Amino acid sequence: MTRDPLGRPPALLLLPAAIATLLLVVPLAAMVAATDWSGLADQLGSEQLREALRLSLVTSTAAMLVCLLLGLPLAWLLARVDFQGRGLLRALVTVPLVLPPVVAGVALRTAFGRTGVIGEPLLELTGFAFPFTVWGVVLAHVFVSMPFVVIAIEGALRSADKEYDAAAATLGASRWTAFRRVTVPLALPGILAGMVLGWARSLGEFGATITFNGNYPGTTQTMPTLIYVTRQSDQGAALAASLVMLGVSITVLLLLRDRWLGTP
Amino acid sequence: MPTTLRPLRVALVALLLLVPSAACGSDDSEPGTDGGTQTFTVLAAASLTEVFESFAKDFEAEHDGVEVEFSFGSSTDLAEQAADGAPGDVLATADEKSMQVAVDADATGTTPEAFATNTMVLVTPPDNPAGIKAIDDLADATWVRCADEVPCGRVALELVGSNKVTSEPVSLEEDVKSTLEKVTSGEADAGFVYKSDAVAAGDAVNVVEIDDAADHPTSYYIAALSQTDDEDLAQAWVDLVTSEEGQATLAEAGFSAP
Amino acid sequence: MSGAASVGPGLDARLAVPDRLDVALTAAPGEIVAVIGPNGAGKSTLVRALAGLVPATGHALLDGTDLLTLPVRERRVGLVFQDKMLFPHLTARANVAFGPRSRGVSRRTAEAAAQDWLDRLGIGDLAGRKPRQLSGGQAQRVAIARALAADPRLLLLDEPMAGLDVSVATALRLELARHLRDYDGVTLLVTHDAIDALTIATRVLVVDAGRVAQFGTPLEVAQQPATDHVARLVGLNVLRDGERFRAFSPTAVNVDLHEPDGSARNRWPGRIAAASPHGAALRLVVHAVGGQELIADVTPAAAAELGLVPGREVWLSVKETSVRSYVAAPT
Repeated sequence: MTRDPLGRPPALLLLPAAIATLLLVVPLAAMVAATDWSGLADQLGSEQLREALRLSLVTSTAAMLVCLLLGLPLAWLLARVDFQGRGLLRALVTVPLVLPPVVAGVALRTAFGRTGVIGEPLLELTGFAFPFTVWGVVLAHVFVSMPFVVIAIEGALRSADKEYDAAAATLGASRWTAFRRVTVPLALPGILAGMVLGWARSLGEFGATITFNGNYPGTTQTMPTLIYVTRQSDQGAALAASLVMLGVSITVLLLLRDRWLGTP
Repeated sequence: MPTTLRPLRVALVALLLLVPSAACGSDDSEPGTDGGTQTFTVLAAASLTEVFESFAKDFEAEHDGVEVEFSFGSSTDLAEQAADGAPGDVLATADEKSMQVAVDADATGTTPEAFATNTMVLVTPPDNPAGIKAIDDLADATWVRCADEVPCGRVALELVGSNKVTSEPVSLEEDVKSTLEKVTSGEADAGFVYKSDAVAAGDAVNVVEIDDAADHPTSYYIAALSQTDDEDLAQAWVDLVTSEEGQATLAEAGFSAP
Repeated sequence: MSGAASVGPGLDARLAVPDRLDVALTAAPGEIVAVIGPNGAGKSTLVRALAGLVPATGHALLDGTDLLTLPVRERRVGLVFQDKMLFPHLTARANVAFGPRSRGVSRRTAEAAAQDWLDRLGIGDLAGRKPRQLSGGQAQRVAIARALAADPRLLLLDEPMAGLDVSVATALRLELARHLRDYDGVTLLVTHDAIDALTIATRVLVVDAGRVAQFGTPLEVAQQPATDHVARLVGLNVLRDGERFRAFSPTAVNVDLHEPDGSARNRWPGRIAAASPHGAALRLVVHAVGGQELIADVTPAAAAELGLVPGREVWLSVKETSVRSYVAAPT
């Protein structure tokens, strides 16, 4: 550490910071330490684990794209258009943030379940129902991740200077052109950060998914669900799966930080 | 504009109100705070919820100043918690294997006793949308059962095998209560649950008996825990459950004698 | 300026923004109107209202079409912002090509035109750079090229020289003057620099507290300023005397430590507020007792001899023969 001309950081700040770090790192380190490495290879090779990992990655990514497609326009609306009830809309959008995931699952079911407000007519018209399908998993992920994505992107759009939009308009750009060629590129780092946040939230999503979709290998059994269920019978397998989760999360976040988010 | 938004506002408030009630789950067993009461904790398999809660009333009436608290969950979880030294006076599991985990960890203070058995039934939503009359009708239905890892899943798996059910479940639930809930909510056409769960669910489900269910019972075990502060009280609870009166209550709730 | 709006070419505007602006002006095609006035006078509000970025009432006929009825993007108004507002993620060329491309010109054509504009402004070799790789003067040229490339009928320059080094500003001013001479639309140039107003502009609009204080040729405004602010800009003292203005040069002011003898009726006691070099002289800013702020140029030797430092009580006087008296040019 180079000498700081403003003086040494005070212990009053260093101590809580150190405790915070330990609080976050120790459980994960302990988990790694508790792993039975000899049996790990077998666990990692298991069909069930590979299927759950694949499903987790696929559904999280799909959910992230849906969140971007729907969330970016919503974030833009909240950040750039002055309309009545904007504050209320923003509050509504953030509600899933504070909901326990199980409640999210129950809410999703009452809307999209087979007897749900939307689910029932959908089933009658098309024969399709969300629960117990991959689509149901993606839907649950979107529901819990969208608020993160919208809030993060809205923040990014807000911090991007509105004057650029004004400049684009004086140059003859329509609002759509300005959005596409100016607003989005300028807010891109924030948008990407929002996407990563949403993706990470989806990857860890468990409560809403299991409540709404149950648990079946290859269709609805994501990594967190697999860990939850195998924990009942085989701690070793659960630990191995947890390690894989940890590894994947760290790898992806590090890669994205370096490549996209521009943070050192 | 503000008037048209009022329903949304109401919905928002309603959603926010949902949060605390849903987050706390069964909050009917708050620990006693006044000095005179003694808290007595029972760790019990989820399928015992209703019947044990009725025992608690009698127990509290008989023992002055005692307040019974429950931790209901999967037997595997509870046995592990007991083995890890979770505070508790009595452990009741839905199978022998889980109880053995606690015994192996020297967490039990008395020899486990079998106090009831349970058999499996199929439940459907009250209107039985898939028209299920017998286990063979599962072929075209959306059905659920417990995961292989938990006791109720092992029994269901045996029944699926003996009845040659070829269709696959849409979900492998983490415990019997969530299996039941998938049916009562109408998401699944049928589910394998214990008879006692079906009885407890009452009108919320329609029961379909399985012919050879009696051949695949699951046994419930109970033992006082070694970490109890009051061995006599723990034994009193075990005695209540195994008493004639207790057995009658269990039978009423859909359980069979051991 | 009141009465029916004309439908001829050029600009004929009467704009009101509540509590901030109420001005009228006209300008023929090819005219360059310098807009001057103190900070907060409403200069930026005026250009932003014309561009459509600030809602305004009244009318703004440009070649017979009322701009106020059009959305921003259809006004064909080029705006060079005070702080440039170049799109930071686009190269200089793409910035300049943005206008044509937004109007549906193909990418290739738009970029060729952009390169052409950058060449004309002498920064063709910087076309591939991002704004943050450009100096202040270079970036301002790109901003001007960007505005011109969109083929505006009205060009609005909001303090384009602000924040630039003096030498850079001088070079840019010369170049801007050259390009604006070739431009056949109307130009509004907001500036706080008298040199801009006097060298580039064909007319000067003096705005004060949201109103037009004076609107005339650079010569009229410089010789017969109607506001303190403009007087200060062109380096004159101006006193208001009923309908008439009385102007005199700071070099004509005598500074004494005691009340001067004689019959000069133009004398004021006051306190020196500031002293700074001005050419070979020392320029004193004096707060006169009546509240008036006056400037006086003295030789450094005299300043040293009399001890003329800020805070000093002094008497100012000026001979009547040095005072020019006039009725301000009608606005």
